[in-house]
Amino acid sequence: MLKLTDISFQVDGSAASRKEILKNIDLAVDDKKFLVITGPNGGGKSTLAKIIAGIEKPTSGSIFFDGKEITSLTVNERADLGMAYAFQQPVRFKGLTVRDLLELAAKDNQESRPISDYLCDVGLCAPDYLDREVNASLSGGEIKRIEIAMAMARKSKLTIFDEPEAGIDLWSFNNLIDIFKRLREESGGSIIIISHQERILEIADEIVVLSSGKITAQGKREDILPTLLAEEHAGFCPMGKGGQAHE
Amino acid sequence: MNNITEQLLEIVSDFKGSFDGAFNIREDSQCAGRQSTEHIQIISKTDKPGIDIKVAPHTVGEKVYIPACVTHSDVNDLVYNDFYIGEGADVVIVAGCGVHTEGEESSQHNGIHRFFLEKGARVLYLEKHIGIGGGTGERIINPQTYMELAEDSYMEMDTTQIKGVDSTNRQTKAILQKGAKVVIKEKIMTDGSQVAKTNFEVDLDGEGSGAHLLSRSVAKGHSHQVFRSIINGNTQCSGHSECDAIIMDHGVVQAIPELTAHDIDAALIHEAAIGKIAGEQITKLMTLGLNETQAEQKIIEGFLK
Repeated sequence: MLKLTDISFQVDGSAASRKEILKNIDLAVDDKKFLVITGPNGGGKSTLAKIIAGIEKPTSGSIFFDGKEITSLTVNERADLGMAYAFQQPVRFKGLTVRDLLELAAKDNQESRPISDYLCDVGLCAPDYLDREVNASLSGGEIKRIEIAMAMARKSKLTIFDEPEAGIDLWSFNNLIDIFKRLREESGGSIIIISHQERILEIADEIVVLSSGKITAQGKREDILPTLLAEEHAGFCPMGKGGQAHE
Repeated sequence: MNNITEQLLEIVSDFKGSFDGAFNIREDSQCAGRQSTEHIQIISKTDKPGIDIKVAPHTVGEKVYIPACVTHSDVNDLVYNDFYIGEGADVVIVAGCGVHTEGEESSQHNGIHRFFLEKGARVLYLEKHIGIGGGTGERIINPQTYMELAEDSYMEMDTTQIKGVDSTNRQTKAILQKGAKVVIKEKIMTDGSQVAKTNFEVDLDGEGSGAHLLSRSVAKGHSHQVFRSIINGNTQCSGHSECDAIIMDHGVVQAIPELTAHDIDAALIHEAAIGKIAGEQITKLMTLGLNETQAEQKIIEGFLK
């Protein structure tokens, strides 16, 4: 489905100040897989997601989608091939309504399901949401949920979510997990989620850990998650897990 | 009525062969059709070009159409239309002007509309302006709108100029008495070397009166727009003016607010935002399958909707 070969990304600058955000990333995502990319802030996760979606171009390396090289394709060309992308910080528009954006997102799928259903899935059932402008009048949580609804409405072969939990309140977060579970069952496509959340990691097939621009761990959830949790606890408590250090 | 008039009418006033209410169609400075109704009388002025439109008190749910069309080059049309809206009436007035030029000479329409709303009257005033035709002559529309709003009356003016008008100078003035409210929404798009000047002036004279002025505009090519909004708060009142503009190519937009509070309880706000389309907006729409040009069009279409 998706294959990244030797992907590197540098930000412009003089030779001395040039910064390497991603270093020689190799990654493969098989059909119908649920992959979570995690790792410390600043490790390059969002950049990697943007490179997959075509929002950023890699400095070197190649990207293949369904066997076709797409490295030079634009964002919309990749969208047409079957990629959907949900922004970490959703974009606001003056004038365009939730309906406008959802209709665009679902343009090939409107007959299968009314667009209002996608809003209901993310907990925005009130009918007046459809005609609201996607502007500053929406709260951070509302616009984030709309962003997720749009990605779902695409029904794409590959859907990428960049930190979907950011800005989502606790009540919505419980729903969010259900949404991903359902999306995984219904879409038949692959999902890549950038996330720090343990509960999202728990529903992954595979986990990739990205740190300082490199993949430091990669494998099945059952192999990777325990090591991550152990590291997390160790980070809080040098003597051991949980409260044992005080004993 | 000629074909160009019918074409213009369809654009500026959704004309579909007839109007569902009172109407007066002005074509090249002449009357091309008129109909009064039981509650709405349209009468020609005797001292100057134009009409008086008299809406009887408590007329509710009726419409008046008063489109003006200039169908060829070398026309200089000037018209005075006065609207008298009776107490408690609630009507929709659809104005609009289309100018078509096919030659080198310019044509222009200068429409001077005055509104006198009695106590508790409500008016939704829709005005759409457009220029069409392949001629090189300039298409000029200079509308003047003057509103006097008596106690507790309400007027909403929704004015749109989407394309083809080479030069416009739009003057709008409102004077509000106690509890009266005015809402003015303007949408303008200019391109090429077009020029659009807008001047709003509102006097909030009555206690509890309020004004909301909203301008959304797009300036493309080398076009130039000036948006000036003057709100005078002369008593306890609220006034809000907002200018949002997208500039593209070499377009220029100036927003000039002028708020004056003559009373400690006058609450006046002005907001202005001018800038190009945000790159992230285009990227977002590209993730939904639009190319860059389609994304820009969609953003502008939404912005001016």
